Amino acid sequence: MNKKVVVIGGGVAGMQTALTLSELGLTPVIIEKEASTGGKLCKWHKLFPTLTPASEVLDGLRRRVSEAGIEVMTGRTVGRITDSGVELEDGTALACDATAVCTGFDIFDATLKEEYGYGMYDNVFTTVDLEEMFNRGEVRMVNGEKPRRVAFLHCVGSRDEKVNQRHCSRVCCITGVKQAMEVKQMIPDAEVFNFYMDMRMFGPGYEEMYRQAQYEYNIQFIRGRISEASQTIDRRVQIKAEDTLVGRPLKMTVDMLVLIVGMKAGASNERLGGCCGVDLYPSGFVRPADQFLRNVCSGSERVFYAGTVSAPKNVGESINEGIAAAYKISRYLNR
Amino acid sequence: MKKHSWQEYQKDVADDKYYYVRSCIRQNFFPGSEAAFLNILRNDLHRDIREDAIHTSCTGIGYHSDIVPIETIMTVVARQFALMTESGYENFASSCITSFGVYSEALEMWHEFPEMEEKTREYLYKATGREFRKPRSVAHASDIIFHHRDEIASKAKYRLVNAATGEPLRGVEHIGCHYAKIFPKNGIGGAEFPYVLAGMIEAWGGQVVDYPERRHCCGFGFRNYLVRANRGYSIANSQKKFESMAPYKPDFILTNCPGCPMFMDRWQYTIAEMEGITYGADGHGIPVLTYEELAGLVLGYDPWELGMQMHQVDVEPLLDKMGVEYDPSAKFLGKNGKYIGQPLDAAVNCGCSGSSIL
Repeated sequence: MNKKVVVIGGGVAGMQTALTLSELGLTPVIIEKEASTGGKLCKWHKLFPTLTPASEVLDGLRRRVSEAGIEVMTGRTVGRITDSGVELEDGTALACDATAVCTGFDIFDATLKEEYGYGMYDNVFTTVDLEEMFNRGEVRMVNGEKPRRVAFLHCVGSRDEKVNQRHCSRVCCITGVKQAMEVKQMIPDAEVFNFYMDMRMFGPGYEEMYRQAQYEYNIQFIRGRISEASQTIDRRVQIKAEDTLVGRPLKMTVDMLVLIVGMKAGASNERLGGCCGVDLYPSGFVRPADQFLRNVCSGSERVFYAGTVSAPKNVGESINEGIAAAYKISRYLNR
Repeated sequence: MKKHSWQEYQKDVADDKYYYVRSCIRQNFFPGSEAAFLNILRNDLHRDIREDAIHTSCTGIGYHSDIVPIETIMTVVARQFALMTESGYENFASSCITSFGVYSEALEMWHEFPEMEEKTREYLYKATGREFRKPRSVAHASDIIFHHRDEIASKAKYRLVNAATGEPLRGVEHIGCHYAKIFPKNGIGGAEFPYVLAGMIEAWGGQVVDYPERRHCCGFGFRNYLVRANRGYSIANSQKKFESMAPYKPDFILTNCPGCPMFMDRWQYTIAEMEGITYGADGHGIPVLTYEELAGLVLGYDPWELGMQMHQVDVEPLLDKMGVEYDPSAKFLGKNGKYIGQPLDAAVNCGCSGSSIL
């Protein structure tokens, strides 16, 4: 058959799409803008709710991609999708029979929420920074000391009209629970607080993990948003919030504030959208042809989606979409 | 602080030809400040600024106290704009932060609900026979000083530098709530870190102090103070700020609202009298300045002409640090040289308070 499919993006969704396409007898080519495949998962330490090392998932996918002999073009960026394939930013045209858009998401830029002081104050971090600390094997303040009191703030850059991110990023709630537990595992005598507006434990094992965090790890969940963070003279972080369950304002000083940043639509969506059936939601994520029966299809019969390009998803869902998209592509090419 | 992204948030401020409206309370609180603003604009910066004797209070205090209804305050606002229109000016400049918020709110409401603007025009015409054009720009007077800060720096006689050590003086800036918290786009620097006062301090050689309660209310907050039973809450708010800023050893506090300098100045006096606690160096209070006073000092105005003898926390420690020449014996002499009376010694000024927080 030897029909060629360009898979834009070499994250988990892109790799799984390519693998399944290959299994179905098609010829996928992964185009990855970074120097290696893996996407955002490269920076992640462990995955919720099983605390499986992210490297296990990544290594498995990479190994299988390699064993399948799938062509991977790294360090290359797709400029636009065309009627006959894709055009790279350097002007190279790649002809193909179908395209799978697996470009993923962007991480919300926490500096836009100035009131939390990310990028201004020493000990304000994001969930991404914390994963890097987990990968290094230690959680430390900027001065190298162990934090004794850590606050997590949920929904930074999601469900927030002020920064034009109205959608729920879904996976951040459980990420915050997971990271709070990991901090406690590393520093058992640390006090850990999670400030939230809702806890959305949608996945299997998530609610159990949330309860475990409370009962076994003594993590305190406070229903209320932090209104502002300020740096104290000893470079800790003073936070103000309202505990909405007891109806009282609250002020505390913590050694470390972790902003649980949301998933926002990938910047590339804007570039790829508007042609070849790629339509965008107001949120910037791509809009599938149908949310039920064709949720990996675009408005064009030869362009397909998988993973977080269309909405925030967890790793398992992204991988499943890769499989689904590959089957849809195969069906299209074998009409 | 590592990042100053708020410096990028700017707004257009007219360069010349302002129509100026005063605050209804500043002339009592800090009577030299508005005169200093007009003098600086006219005599130092050579700009055209009109002050109209028949303009009125914006009635903002009544509005925020639920005494003046919105239709009334909009009609008052419309009358101010009509006076500006009749004078041939287009750039509206407000001395008061509350008024600035009121003017901004009226314009925003008229933009969102044009029928309200039509009603207001009707009310104004029926009541006064006047008509108005909306201003091309609305600025707070501190925006205008900020806009001209580099020109002021170029004409400076003194800088915000310790004359003895050469070190930059440390300034706490405090922004009035209605400057940018209602409409962030209307404030230089936005709502979280307004840059309007910080920019002045930096342009004139000083260093801005960031401290945890930087954004906390000064303690005025209309209902905190206007309702007598709430005044303990007012002073508690101010105290929270003082305790938060004191470890950073600021040399002065700079404000741009009528209420903030009033309360941050007077409550320091009150706390010193009640508790014997002061927050500045050597048992003194921290001098609290309006931006016009600071600009005036930098330009070499006499501190007593600026009305700084009306402060309850003495400003002399700051004057001495800046190396400002002044005549201590002239402090309580009025314009005609007549003695205007002198307050009794106060714990906040004598360096003899029971305990300094430092």
